[in-house]
Amino acid sequence: MDNLSSLTGAQKDELMDQVKQQIAVANAQELLTKMTEKCFKKCISKPGTSLDSSEQKCVAMCMDRYMDSWNLVSKAYSMRIQRERTHL
Amino acid sequence: MSTDFDSSSFSGLEAKGGDKDLQEFLMAEKQKAQFNAQIHEFNDFCWEKCVDKPSNKLDSKTETCLSNCVDRFIDVSLLITNRFAQLLQKSGGM
Repeated sequence: MDNLSSLTGAQKDELMDQVKQQIAVANAQELLTKMTEKCFKKCISKPGTSLDSSEQKCVAMCMDRYMDSWNLVSKAYSMRIQRERTHL
Repeated sequence: MSTDFDSSSFSGLEAKGGDKDLQEFLMAEKQKAQFNAQIHEFNDFCWEKCVDKPSNKLDSKTETCLSNCVDRFIDVSLLITNRFAQLLQKSGGM
């Protein structure tokens, strides 16, 4: 940990970029896992020998809606946080 | 984890200014990550509650349900926390 204090500015920038990137990757992975789980549940009622075209369409649509929903929830949550802040 | 980033790890005066940047940066990123994790959790169960068969777009009823779901969940969480605190107090604390 001591050598953290001897980082140059450029090294520090690189470290920050790496942290940001790793967080972004983790976030994308979480979203991917959740979408796969949720859309499998919604679209594949009886797993057949292949993914038929209606299932594929359903999964594609489900993905888009899941991201819509994510954005909406994010908006609602940040609005609530703001409201709570002004009430304090 | 938390001990890795506390101020005691950063000794030396000249380093202090720069490491403060790093510390602030990490704090901000941590907060953002916690916010994101919370959204993943909300979206997980509000999706179950509100979304039927996925269609071309989220209809307005579903949209209302989703934002109500977030707000009511927070209400319930606050209510339970407060009532639980009261119960603890009434029973003479722990």
